[in-house]
Amino acid sequence: MSAGPPAAPVGARLPRLEDPRLVSGRGCFVDDLQLPGMLHLDILRSPHAHARIHAIDAAAARALPGVAAVYTGTGLAQFLRVLPSAGGMEGFNAPEHHALAIERVRFVGEGVAAVLATDRYVARDARELIRVSYEVLPAVADPEAALAPDAPLLHEALGTNRAFEMRIGSDVREALERAAHVVRGRFVNQRIVPNTMETRGAVAHFEPWDERLTVWLSTQAPHLMRREFARFLAFPEHRLRVIAPDVGGAFGAKNNPYAEELLAAALALKHRAPVKWIEERQEHMLVTSHARAQTVELHAGVREDGTLLALHYRLVADMGAYYHAITHIGPMMTAALMTGAYRIPYAATDIVSVFTNTTPTDPYRGFGRAEAAYFIERTMDLIARELGLDAVELRRRNLIRRDEFPFATPTGHVHESGDFQLCLERALERFDYEGARREQARLRATGRCIGIGLTTHAWRAGFPSVPGGKGYVISGWEKTSVSIDPGGTVRAVIGTSPHGQGIVTTTAQIVAGELRIAPRDVRIIHGDTDAVTQGNGTMGSRSLVVGGSATLLAARQLRDKAVRLAAHLLRVPAERVTLEAGVFSDCGDPARRVTLAAVAAHAFAGPQDLPEGLEPGLEATAFFEAPNFTSCFGTHACVVEVEPQTGEVRILRYVAVDDIGRAINPMIVEGQLHGGLAQGIGQALMEEASYDAAGQPLAASFLDYATPRATDLPRFEVELTETPSTVNPLGARGIGEAGTVAAPPAVVNAVLDALAPLGVRHLDMPLTPHKVWRAIREADA
Amino acid sequence: MKISLHVNSRPVEAEVEPRLLLVHFLRERLRLTGTHIGCDTSQCGACTVHLDGCAVKSCTLLAVQADGCEVITIEGLAPEGTLHPLQAAFQEHHALQCGFCTPGIVMVAHGLLGRDSAPGEAEIRAALEGNRCRCTGYQNIVDAIRCACERVREGT
Repeated sequence: MSAGPPAAPVGARLPRLEDPRLVSGRGCFVDDLQLPGMLHLDILRSPHAHARIHAIDAAAARALPGVAAVYTGTGLAQFLRVLPSAGGMEGFNAPEHHALAIERVRFVGEGVAAVLATDRYVARDARELIRVSYEVLPAVADPEAALAPDAPLLHEALGTNRAFEMRIGSDVREALERAAHVVRGRFVNQRIVPNTMETRGAVAHFEPWDERLTVWLSTQAPHLMRREFARFLAFPEHRLRVIAPDVGGAFGAKNNPYAEELLAAALALKHRAPVKWIEERQEHMLVTSHARAQTVELHAGVREDGTLLALHYRLVADMGAYYHAITHIGPMMTAALMTGAYRIPYAATDIVSVFTNTTPTDPYRGFGRAEAAYFIERTMDLIARELGLDAVELRRRNLIRRDEFPFATPTGHVHESGDFQLCLERALERFDYEGARREQARLRATGRCIGIGLTTHAWRAGFPSVPGGKGYVISGWEKTSVSIDPGGTVRAVIGTSPHGQGIVTTTAQIVAGELRIAPRDVRIIHGDTDAVTQGNGTMGSRSLVVGGSATLLAARQLRDKAVRLAAHLLRVPAERVTLEAGVFSDCGDPARRVTLAAVAAHAFAGPQDLPEGLEPGLEATAFFEAPNFTSCFGTHACVVEVEPQTGEVRILRYVAVDDIGRAINPMIVEGQLHGGLAQGIGQALMEEASYDAAGQPLAASFLDYATPRATDLPRFEVELTETPSTVNPLGARGIGEAGTVAAPPAVVNAVLDALAPLGVRHLDMPLTPHKVWRAIREADA
Repeated sequence: MKISLHVNSRPVEAEVEPRLLLVHFLRERLRLTGTHIGCDTSQCGACTVHLDGCAVKSCTLLAVQADGCEVITIEGLAPEGTLHPLQAAFQEHHALQCGFCTPGIVMVAHGLLGRDSAPGEAEIRAALEGNRCRCTGYQNIVDAIRCACERVREGT
């Protein structure tokens, strides 16, 4: 252990401990693994959105030198189960989903045949030699169209394209009837693709000597995958090891036990050879979960004074062709948070979830909450406009006040604590809202098309356990073990599985803060189910909020034991022992000291000289589960300029003020905000996984799916407030998803504010130059 | 086909299939896995290396096209165990999160550094047009590159 730690590791802008390996090209991602005798898995995919498979001729592929095997769905069904999913909740229509299609394909990209070969080039050659005879069937890609009585049926056995229907919230009819104004609208939160920079991938290896299967997986939840892989393979879970090596982004999309990954594991078992599968970018666009894909028709009842009385959504949620792991939760989360940061006494969502001939949807950064924020924040702007109120003033009148927490909404969510006005007022000051409006008026007078948009968003993070269907439990607890070994090495073993969030660094900061040592002296272990026995992974802005709280509790327990030991060695009462810079001393006589390392060594020296009742060793484990989600909130404000001749939108200024509860490392927090804002702006202006009427994807590569580049984004002005959360010992709130939650409505509100003088009431995302240009032209006409 | 080239200043000779991509040659034959593959259409830039001093996308070149050339990969930017000023600036400015796109972006930035000792924000952003990052929002990348340029210019 080195001396001289920083005064307070918690709250420091500490450069990340993860970085030296990654910046120098010494990371280890799944595709970096090479095992002797490894076979490469390649998947032939359906070019049709909906078709019957009449025959598959793989003779030429099988005959190619280097090809170990070719499988079809029918062949696999003889030894494989259906894919796991939570989508089979009580009362839900749940179609069977197989690793490869059997008899019928239901979206473009669905796997039809699998090739195993000694080389990735040979596997590709073989794939191209497989001949499939299809009978193309009518397809339906639009969820509203899929609800029509004569729509093509995806799953004939279900007899309907409806996945499930559900009502969440209170009665709203009477309140809407007595409202002074009823504002109506229809908003689409479009389908997008997560597009992690590292695509998905797996390497599976069966070791016959001890009958163990190891799967290296680009995942955000290795323990969940261990459970689901064991169930799918009917393989003993205790003989299965899942390792998440370096993971190149996940954003919610590496949370699902996917067909190809399960197949790699199954074929490694069957062939007794290591199997590697690496997703191509085009495959990522076609088969990794898509996201959002929700549409609401809304009725908002407003009193004369602009306060909201009632809100109703009819929400159509596009599941895609099948459920992935937790597809169904998206619309339920949207409904639960539909009232946003506002006091709306009556609110309800009627959910209609639909199967379509498209890629299945599942979480993406902000899952359910980004959709909710977009709908309510657009609704607020629509109301402000129809009532002739300023967008800020309308929000001020409706925001939940700081003395109203905990605040229960009519849709079953409880905002645990917060200070929504704090972020609003700070953002307005930083943004100089009044000044910005004056400048807008001045520039408008010169013919420039300037808009101002804002959000006062509220969302939630760090979920508690939720029941799942068919035993697909989604647990909300997290676990950390902190230990010091006899040699003085401090370790924290964490159940989350970070992949860019900087959790190695922030965990080290938390432990170092408790033990008064330098963060670089804390070794963090994560991502390997052999080294980390339990955990729930990194998702839903939970790693710091829930995992960090478990770390804090474990580190405190460890410190308490170390203090008792130090007191014993110093022969003073524990109350007299202080800990600074890795050294315990007697506060009455600071010359009497013993190092943390010496205390650790003593803890393992045997029971002869331990305080009564104290076990040997220096290790503590804590589980933590929050009683409720944390409330996350903030205010974002931006200025945009629309170029009327081209429809191009430029963001001139973007101010984000979010409450973090407690910032362990403000630099990392700001980075999380930046990244989320980039993705949110991407959704607002550029990104869309669109399909034509026949179910053909129109954007299936980076050539035609636009994620933001450096030239597409402004500089962000980010500010944090710290109002401690009441539901975890850190007081942290979660920040990972703030940007994707807030940026889409902030930017869209700004663009529509810019277009307001032309009479444009609403445009659906993405606000591409073409869409904006056309709206301007139509408004002119 | 037989090729001979220099990779990170070391001579390399190999027998390769004509269709072998340079990126696969570097990653799988030479085990230089710091060069990543993020797409299949030359958009993402994760595979950027230097070929005779120019930043190129190694997923769009065949290994045979590098015959007789000098290739520098992310592993060759600084002596083992040390960081190039650009790499150090990336860490200081929190210019990476998942780190997957980072090697390619660092290689592009290194090329920029050679051309322009004092690039402004707009020039840096323009230089990054062929690279995609999904985590950082680019702002800290821009700041890191600007900082590294300053340091190299001042010789510190």
